[in-house]
Amino acid sequence: MSGRRIIQSVVWQGQICDCILEGDRIAELRPAEGDGSGGELLLLPGLIDCHTHLREPGQEHKEDIASGLAAAASGGFCSIFCMANTVPVNDNSAVTSMMLDTAARAHPRGPALHPVGALSRGLAGKELAPMHELARSGCIAFSNDGIPVSDSSLMRRAMEYSTDLQRPVIDHCEDSSLSPEGMISEGPVSDRLGLRGVPSICESIQVARDILLASYLDIPVHLAHISRRESVELIHWAKNKGVPVSAETCPHYLLWTEDRAVEYDPLAKVNPPLGTADDVTALRQAVREGVIDILATDHAPHAPFEKEVPLSRAPNGISGLDTALSLCWTLVQEGVLTQKDLVRLWCHAPARIFGLRANGFNPGDPADFLLFDPRDSWTPTAESMRSRGKNTPCLNQELPGRIRLNCRRGEVLYGQFPEGAA
Amino acid sequence: MDWPHKDLLSVDQLTSPEILELFQLAQNFEEINSRLVKKTPTLKGKSVLLLFAEPSTRTKTSFDIAAKRLSADTFSLATKGSSLEKGEDLKDTGLTLQAMQPDAIVIRHSQSGAADFLARQLHCSIINAGDGWHAHPTQALLDGFTLYKLWEGFRDRTLLLVGDIAHSRVARSDIELFTKLGVSVRLCAPRTLLPRHVADWPVSVYTDLDEACRGVDAIQCLRLQLERQQSGLLPSLREYATRFGLRKKHMELTRPGAKVLHPGPMNRGIEIDSHLADDTDSLILDQVSSGIAIRMTLLYLFLTSTSQRRE
Repeated sequence: MSGRRIIQSVVWQGQICDCILEGDRIAELRPAEGDGSGGELLLLPGLIDCHTHLREPGQEHKEDIASGLAAAASGGFCSIFCMANTVPVNDNSAVTSMMLDTAARAHPRGPALHPVGALSRGLAGKELAPMHELARSGCIAFSNDGIPVSDSSLMRRAMEYSTDLQRPVIDHCEDSSLSPEGMISEGPVSDRLGLRGVPSICESIQVARDILLASYLDIPVHLAHISRRESVELIHWAKNKGVPVSAETCPHYLLWTEDRAVEYDPLAKVNPPLGTADDVTALRQAVREGVIDILATDHAPHAPFEKEVPLSRAPNGISGLDTALSLCWTLVQEGVLTQKDLVRLWCHAPARIFGLRANGFNPGDPADFLLFDPRDSWTPTAESMRSRGKNTPCLNQELPGRIRLNCRRGEVLYGQFPEGAA
Repeated sequence: MDWPHKDLLSVDQLTSPEILELFQLAQNFEEINSRLVKKTPTLKGKSVLLLFAEPSTRTKTSFDIAAKRLSADTFSLATKGSSLEKGEDLKDTGLTLQAMQPDAIVIRHSQSGAADFLARQLHCSIINAGDGWHAHPTQALLDGFTLYKLWEGFRDRTLLLVGDIAHSRVARSDIELFTKLGVSVRLCAPRTLLPRHVADWPVSVYTDLDEACRGVDAIQCLRLQLERQQSGLLPSLREYATRFGLRKKHMELTRPGAKVLHPGPMNRGIEIDSHLADDTDSLILDQVSSGIAIRMTLLYLFLTSTSQRRE
């Protein structure tokens, strides 16, 4: 894309601005020249989701790379990571290359796909995966996500080996010996419903282990989908001590609690399970203060028939790419987060942790941006969601805000330029 | 009696006046069971499906007899060893059964929430005959009915539940029912067999059986699943029997005339002393006959209620 384009009268951090693009770059962001009219649309840098499951290869009935990227495009993302728990597992360059080729064919303009390589061969938690091969083929990080690493020695070796390759390790923190067949958080709700519970410490015990490893080795570790107060407190302690640890949480942990399970609703079944109101409070504070660095969707699509079973049989996961920004906007409306927080949590912090170039709207920055209309609204339905996974507790509920345009490197991924863009 | 319910999923949904009215009605049905000809044409032409996806002898037979004494036809599904045991096809099974036009489905399932799940999918009446650790409302009703016949009112009465509370649907339903009726409920179990947040429940918790028995009016012993030892919740059955097995000596600590109950099947010598089970203090067999009367009452209410006729 070449040539100069101006997007007039959009709001960037509370100011009405004109955004000038030069090809695939930002040329300038300057105060609007017009009469002060307009300013309905918010300008945001393209979002980065460092945690999704796109199910291809192997489980395309749930999602595939094309449908997952379409959901990402309409959800405002310019880059997404996809986890390695595919069938076969992404533990060799053939799978990584296939993922990248498929993405490039289906969505040549983006969103960009960044595969996360398996940390252990076959995700079996026994031997290291060929991390150099994976990194060379395009993997951005390594993780055993979905199948926690119980062997602390293997975790140590993975952190050591990956650091040579300048690729971080992302850990799914769960001591599964504490949660055999757990379905929802262990608490009053699980007691009453007679469901196997997952105790909160199941996550935080492994968070503590990872923090101690990171501290001992002085090697960074990134903690995925943090959901509990105890974990937040441990991360807070670690950061104060200067331990190189970063962490993410997901919109669903900031919004919903274990009470969602009262009706045995399989759409609210997710791993880690939804916590208590106290966990929500702790997590909200943690994302505001930066104790938790980033937000991610942990987009985990499933086919409708797989969720239409009794709770104990339902697979874990919430489909998140379509709804993430609107759900976060409810938090802005409630005063929990600011627009600035959203930019940090969804773009600048993930770019920093994983070494991507983010758009700060400075001259020369990549023209990755979106326009968001906070006055509009939409309803995620089986038809309106681009993801094949319709499994979200907010299905058929009206959500605030709507994405009008999503661009990466100046190219339109979703929507269209507003009228008058020249 | 006005019966607004489509399904019976847990005791939760019943009010205490409804429960007491149900007990009154059950006394009439119990009379039928002592007749020479134990059959009335009340539910002639109605069909009841028994969907037992978990081994059960007494509950299934009890429902079967209850339905037949009211002249309803019953159909059982052989589910042992089928994929249904794993719960994978519950939606399809339910829809298939519904297409056969039953008036009610009685379901027993190993997964908590299975009855709720089926009730959401189907428009015929669903009666929960036990789902996972969640609920066993007809058991609680028959326990309540057994004591209703004996006691003059439930106020100022104390019931003790001994055994594996955490994994027991009987315990959950009994607690709901008896607290609704104003009975004080005590629990006695090792910490490993109690729910984590039991302190939030409307019960008092004991870990010493002698203490727990002092001054109670009835004791319900719960069946110990023998695999609890393998899953690391108990060191040995012998140690469990020593600490929590109910024996004659415990009955000396209770209020005079206190009774022993057990939902069955019993592990004699583990949760209950064998002699005690057969003793005059025992209501265990009375529970079985009360069960038939309660299930006749429920089938009658569901299959003749206005909500059923509207369908």
